Amino acid sequence: MTATAAPPVAGTVTEPPVHKASLRKRLVPYWLLLPGILWLLVFFVLPMVYQASTSVQTGSLEEGFKVTWHFQTYWDALTEYYPQFLRSLLYAGTATVLCLLLGYPLAYLIAFKAGRWRNLLLVLVIAPFFTSFLIRTLAWKTILADGGPVVEVLNALHVLDVTSWLGMTEGERVLATPLAVVCGLTYNFLPFMILPLYTSLERIDTRLHEAAGDLYARPSTTFRKVTFPLSMPGVVSGTLLTFIPASGDYVNAELLGSTDTRMIGNVIQSQYLRILDYPTAAALSFILMAIVLIMVTIYIRRAGTEDLV
Amino acid sequence: MTDKTAGGDVRLAGISKHYGSFTAVHPLDLTIPQGSFFALLGASGCGKTTTLRMIAGLEEPSTGTVSLGDSEVTHLPPYKRPVNTVFQSYALFPHLNIYENVAFGLRRRGIKSVKKQVDDMLELVELGQFAQRKPHQLSGGQQQRVAVARALINHPQVLLLDEPLGALDLKLRRQMQLELKRIQTEVGITFVHVTHDQEEAMTMADTVAVMNGGRVEQLGAPAELYENPKTTFVANFLGTSNLIEAEVLEAGGSDVTVSSAGATLRLPAARCSTTPKAGGKLLVGVRPEKMSLVHADEEDTVAAGRNKVRGTIAASSFIGVSTQYVIDSPVCPELEVYVQNIERDARLAPGAEVVLHWNPEHTFGLDAAQDIDAGIETVEEGA
Amino acid sequence: MRWLRRNLVVIFGLGTLAYMILPNVVVTVFSFNNPAGRFNYAWQEFSLDAWKDPCGVADLCGSLSLSLQIAVWATIGATVLGTAIAFALVRYRFRARGAVNSLIFLPMAMPEIVMAASLLALFLNMGIQLGFWTILIAHVMFCLSFVVAAVKARVLSMDPRLEEAARDLYAGPVQTFARVTLPIAAPGIAAGALLSFALSFDDFIITNFNSGNTVTFPMFVWGSAQRGTPVQINVIGTAMFVIAVLVVLVGQTVGNRRKNAQPK
Repeated sequence: MTATAAPPVAGTVTEPPVHKASLRKRLVPYWLLLPGILWLLVFFVLPMVYQASTSVQTGSLEEGFKVTWHFQTYWDALTEYYPQFLRSLLYAGTATVLCLLLGYPLAYLIAFKAGRWRNLLLVLVIAPFFTSFLIRTLAWKTILADGGPVVEVLNALHVLDVTSWLGMTEGERVLATPLAVVCGLTYNFLPFMILPLYTSLERIDTRLHEAAGDLYARPSTTFRKVTFPLSMPGVVSGTLLTFIPASGDYVNAELLGSTDTRMIGNVIQSQYLRILDYPTAAALSFILMAIVLIMVTIYIRRAGTEDLV
Repeated sequence: MTDKTAGGDVRLAGISKHYGSFTAVHPLDLTIPQGSFFALLGASGCGKTTTLRMIAGLEEPSTGTVSLGDSEVTHLPPYKRPVNTVFQSYALFPHLNIYENVAFGLRRRGIKSVKKQVDDMLELVELGQFAQRKPHQLSGGQQQRVAVARALINHPQVLLLDEPLGALDLKLRRQMQLELKRIQTEVGITFVHVTHDQEEAMTMADTVAVMNGGRVEQLGAPAELYENPKTTFVANFLGTSNLIEAEVLEAGGSDVTVSSAGATLRLPAARCSTTPKAGGKLLVGVRPEKMSLVHADEEDTVAAGRNKVRGTIAASSFIGVSTQYVIDSPVCPELEVYVQNIERDARLAPGAEVVLHWNPEHTFGLDAAQDIDAGIETVEEGA
Repeated sequence: MRWLRRNLVVIFGLGTLAYMILPNVVVTVFSFNNPAGRFNYAWQEFSLDAWKDPCGVADLCGSLSLSLQIAVWATIGATVLGTAIAFALVRYRFRARGAVNSLIFLPMAMPEIVMAASLLALFLNMGIQLGFWTILIAHVMFCLSFVVAAVKARVLSMDPRLEEAARDLYAGPVQTFARVTLPIAAPGIAAGALLSFALSFDDFIITNFNSGNTVTFPMFVWGSAQRGTPVQINVIGTAMFVIAVLVVLVGQTVGNRRKNAQPK
């Protein structure tokens, strides 16, 4: 033991002064948060409040609107537009399922089978983003045009017979039918499904596949018992990123559909921007928000993934 | 490098650290002499890293003061302290090459011509040809040397090392232990080294402080700690100890006589960390390598005056230089004995009746009011 | 048959890819069309007219430049605000963390039309003139969350000891941020910024509600879908696609070359 080493600790401690972290230091996170949170409060939360108040107003454009706590608007809106609500959920749900069915093989292909083509394939998945989605959606008008090659082939393969039996198409047309709208929605949101799927598949250690094979799992069993469960976070965020925007979309219904395929987005848009019946429009968008939030909450609870951000 | 007389000691006076209701470090007084190689040894969560971080200025103490030589630095931010750290897993800047990593501290202090110093420092750690590489292109041992160079180039008064060898494999770790020791002797800077590896602490440090539960259990030179542990924690954490619960028969003279399960043992009173009283309890400790083993048939060959204990061999393992036996004895269920492989007695196999004996001078006494197993599990975890 | 089973995933995957690429092919092909009527939906004959005169349609290039301006400003705004929030969330413990996290998450978990409509409700109630500024405000608002998510992911994966090492090596708070934190967080910030730019530039629904008479590029395309689609739209779409793909490819080649240039 060196001579200068301190005496052992116990008992020799004098009452020391207590230090506290400085106030300035403790305020740092609040200063960082302030501008952005203020922005969200003023331009995201406050508008919700205004919309809530708008939804219980009555009056007309000429005489002005007043808050009269007229909750009847919600009931009226719901009874008048429930077909559009149901249609929105149906189309968005179908598109989400199609996105999952179409997107999973591609994400799997890129994650496990692409080898040196991986980066090229990823670029090809993201590349369509670089062209305005409205322009690309308009291209579907050409692709699905009456008497065009796509429709001819579908017709020849009797696919259209099946879809028209399902009520998705009418006769030998695809454009201006529910099928066209769903097809457009699926197309528009596919990248939002593929990217999260790819991210969670890519994280899977390929040795797990070998381990499963080693433990007597056939490839299909390996997929069901190992790969798919491990990709659940990607499935959950992919379906949310697809379903949520699809449920409020009106672009596809407007460009590719007809008056029979109007979704709730179309109603809200025309109430707000053309008919100028603000209370009804506000009530409709609140109902949509409530439906989506409830469905998403239940879905996240059941899927068991809470940390999505 | 730094003049040996400059700077002065590191003095911690009553420093402690609380996180909410959890106390990471209990009020602690510690003086680390100028130019020494000082190790803070303990299992994870014992408060050793927190103590180190308070010296570095990365953690502000809840109470107490930190002084370097004559100046108090308790409230100085880390960038104003003449102290540098070699971080656990090195924390090399991934976006800078090796040269810029090493030059970082000099540049921040506004030194313009850094080339000569950086080149010299990279030579010292034998990494001259790697200057233009990025950290991720180096091996673990090379990264470790960059971390040392990056800190040492600033000529700190104190160099703090936070588990600096933890990420290296065993062979490299041995090599780097000697290397660090060489550098320390060469530059004469005070090194404060935090580690959970008792062997590492004992090989490198002049003084070791064993920490447990936010307190320093014992402080001293490695041999002193090993030979004269003051608590069961130190006895078990540093190497292996056989601790026997015994009753004091006679105390007061230069020797203490105790009895355990019929065996009468003696030990020097000077080696008791507590004052034994006749009729009281005492934990009697002896290191496994201090004991000898003979077959029960040859009990009469044991010299008079040695401590003797009977037992049965429960297990034995051949290590090469030695054979390690676990002895089932009435005084203690699992006594460990290491016997050098000079002349092997074939009868010493599991099941054999044996007699253990050792020089009473090699026995130490501990306060019986402690957990007899303190520090045992942590050794296994650290190994 | 076995070959088919083994490569089923590849076939389906490439099928999906074809589905995703097809519209871009159509857009490109139809940029060389010379349509008969006002709408460019049916193939007529090959022509380079639109490529020779991409701004030949009234308001088209004006709307494009307006969209670019808004996207640039929205990106700057959302990146600065979002980066600050991300740092606060990852690096500090403070009250109301949960509330802040939810507030960041909600805009991403809400149909765009709900935000669009409620913002319009705010602007109408407050009597604010719709136009450039209302579009910009809205874009910063919905891009913010995406920046936070991108930067947060990056900062979370960053070793806090790096900043401690910088402070230990005589870098003050400002220098630590500028020399260590920012360079290491840069890829996350860049990702957030790129995403913001893309989202803002291509946004239609929120802009549709809050633009008044101001016409951004997506608004122009929307309007032309009603009045008649000039071939120039396809020219712009194709050009954007080609430029972006080239930028990505060049960026990758440069990145690879830099990696290979370093000694192993």
